Amino acid sequence: MNVTSGEDTPNAPRLDVDTLLDDPATRIVVCCGAGGVGKTTTAAALGLRAAERGRHAVVITVDPARRLAQSLGVESLDNTPRPVALPEGTRGSLHAMMLDMKRTFDEVVEEHADPERARQILANPFYQTLSTSFSGTQEYMAMEKLGQLRQSGAWDLIVVDTPPSRSALDFLDAPQRLGRFLDGRLIRFLSAPANTGAFRLLGAGFSLVTSVVNKILGAQLLDDLRSFVVAFDTVFGGFQARAERTYRLLQDPGTAFVVVAVPDTDALREASYFVDRLTRDSMPLAGLVVNRSHPLPDGAGRRLTAAQAAEAEAVLRGAGTHPLASAALRLHAERVRIREHEARLRDRMLSEHRGIRVAEVAALPEDVHDLASLRTIGAALADGPSGAAGDSWDSSTRH
Amino acid sequence: MSEAEFGPGRRSGSPAGARLHIVTGKGGTGKTTVATALAMALASRGGRVLLVEVEGRQGVATLLGEPPLPYGERELIPLPGGGRVCVLAADAESALLEYLELFYGMRLAGQALNRLGAVDFATTIAPGLRDVLLTGKATEAVRRRSGARRRSAAPAPFHYDAVVVDAPPTGRIGRFLNVNTEVAGLARVGPIRTHADRVMGVIRSPQTLVHFVTLLEEMPAQETRDGIAEIDALGLRVGSVVVNMVRPPLLEEPDLTAAAASGEFARDELAAGLRAAGLADAADLAAALAAEVGAHALRVALEHRTRERLTDLGRPMVDLPWLEGGVGRSALEGLADTLGEQGMGR
Ligand SMILES: Nc1ncnc2c1ncn2[C@@H]1O[C@H](COP(=O)(O)OP(=O)(O)OP(=O)(O)O)[C@@H](O)[C@H]1O
Ligand SMILES: Nc1ncnc2c1ncn2[C@@H]1O[C@H](COP(=O)(O)OP(=O)(O)OP(=O)(O)O)[C@@H](O)[C@H]1O
Ligand SMILES: [Mg+2]
Ligand SMILES: [Mg+2]
Repeated sequence: MNVTSGEDTPNAPRLDVDTLLDDPATRIVVCCGAGGVGKTTTAAALGLRAAERGRHAVVITVDPARRLAQSLGVESLDNTPRPVALPEGTRGSLHAMMLDMKRTFDEVVEEHADPERARQILANPFYQTLSTSFSGTQEYMAMEKLGQLRQSGAWDLIVVDTPPSRSALDFLDAPQRLGRFLDGRLIRFLSAPANTGAFRLLGAGFSLVTSVVNKILGAQLLDDLRSFVVAFDTVFGGFQARAERTYRLLQDPGTAFVVVAVPDTDALREASYFVDRLTRDSMPLAGLVVNRSHPLPDGAGRRLTAAQAAEAEAVLRGAGTHPLASAALRLHAERVRIREHEARLRDRMLSEHRGIRVAEVAALPEDVHDLASLRTIGAALADGPSGAAGDSWDSSTRH
Repeated sequence: MSEAEFGPGRRSGSPAGARLHIVTGKGGTGKTTVATALAMALASRGGRVLLVEVEGRQGVATLLGEPPLPYGERELIPLPGGGRVCVLAADAESALLEYLELFYGMRLAGQALNRLGAVDFATTIAPGLRDVLLTGKATEAVRRRSGARRRSAAPAPFHYDAVVVDAPPTGRIGRFLNVNTEVAGLARVGPIRTHADRVMGVIRSPQTLVHFVTLLEEMPAQETRDGIAEIDALGLRVGSVVVNMVRPPLLEEPDLTAAAASGEFARDELAAGLRAAGLADAADLAAALAAEVGAHALRVALEHRTRERLTDLGRPMVDLPWLEGGVGRSALEGLADTLGEQGMGR
């Protein structure tokens, strides 16, 4: 393995979140990334920082960790933004909500269908499955909620967290997937009355198919499906158009995507796919957050390489003295190696995406679940991992 | 039928006699790694073990450095003791087609369904169906017997000595295993229902253990606690808690506490040590390293608390070390041995 040297390393410009958050033209910030990298944490930290810098912000969180939800005051899943209590004298304000996907879906149905039809749809077992377990519903509903809040005009900044899916791309693909699904050949087909053209087209093949579906899923499901499609058709025109409108909102220059990753191969690969996709779909990328990294402290420690530390440690071990120093040197050597590994992964990503803006957030010793630690994360996002300005990636691994 | 086949339910969770091992845990904690190592440990004394992957991610192939595996059980890991680990990357579509063919001889209908996207449709709209197909595949392998059916009194031996499932993460494990309830809304009677009952019979039997993989971090440990409560409530058996990526202690516990508590002492002692090791700049360096030791001590204390709370669960705990170079085939052998030494894999 050759360690990347200073010369061929792309020098990434820093993602300046304060400029982003202070700009009144920034209306929507979307935090995306692979599962577990810190999307919810980043979204909450950005919302808080924006509020403390004077914005009237709302954060839509999806499945926040229990203790984080508690400190934001959104333990109940009631699908409405609640004010977060901030210290007196805070310039702006912060609201937070926890997404309830079924509720959001119900609201869309209720808005688009007359009461009787809405009742029919909501009671349909097929709809119940669709609104609770269809993979992609959560992603789509996060986007739907974003559209609603944007339209309400009550906030000047909306920060959106995205659902914990394996792939960050799911967020962008979900609306189309749902649309494709509801509009799909098969669903039309299965729900078509038996004597229509579609039915005759396949002839015997079709009855074979329905007989198999009946066998496996039971005739009831097909009946439910049929009545669902009939009832949903009226709603659906509006629904599809709406999905497209919301999707376009994401291409608006007032939207900024913040891609979150941790410094490991999988998360950075996901981030890389996502950045490509944003470019292809002309969606505005603000930059990349490398979260939970392990920077070395400034000063003398940074100049001591892993090899030097190991060598010194061997001397002490040989002499059998100074066990504390010996352990500290072992620890330091490990930290330097981890840092080098992180820097390598990050450089590989940056060489594929030249010019992308990067912010780095060091791993805090403990989980993030109160406003104080969200503030720390916000400060790191703005100023770099140790709160000091300057890119600590650069000097950490070059010897 | 399950009771007759597997004896009355006994919720002991002892590894002896378990033949179906479900490995779950928070995403990224090492489920695939642990499931593979466990399969190897179970096969280490000879015998045949099936490792089933259900998430459609080809995680096992990636881990073993193999190209993506087609649907089918194939022997991938021969072991020195003559044991064999076969791997199946199961997916719901293939399992459904296989099921249709097996039970109805409906090969053509299955293919027609597939062309129409019906299989994808059915498993999308009814996630319970997907789960029952996948658990069905694993439990079928548990029950499968070797050789042709014989009319003799003694049944043929089991084809696989054990089956290990690289299962969905803790957030979905309850639903994944509780297939009965899942399909209840789907099919009250009929073949799928019968199938689900048979699957549930195996999962509820003492032959099945659910193991949890965790790290010494807050979230994975919390998910482990929640997951164990859920599995308990479902009346299933919890096996071991596997603590993965455990780092060796750098300092003895009292030293660490002292170092963390009194930065000053640590700094002087460190500076002396660094000077003795011939390093320049010893005072500055000592300050930097003291900060590193302090941060490390904090993390160790957190790990300690996390471990205590895991111990309180009262389940067998197994540690796997953090492997600096990552996990490949030879590292897996080491992990398998470590599992075996700690009583898992028997
Ligand atoms: N910089 C950090 N330092 C320490 N812990 C962190 C940091 N960022 C996030 N965490 C912790 O990591 C865990 C995962 O973070 P978070 O829930 O924000 O991730 P996520 O991407 O939203 O996950 P999911 O995909 O499951 O929704 C949480 O326990 C959080 O407190
Ligand atoms: N003991 C270990 N030491 C070092 N690295 C490890 C260890 N166990 C697992 N890993 C690494 O951690 C990563 C995640 O492991 P693995 O894929 O087994 O987790 P998983 O729980 O199956 O993840 P997912 O939820 O994505 O399926 C892999 O890169 C793996 O090589
Ligand atoms: Mg989240
Ligand atoms: Mg896995």
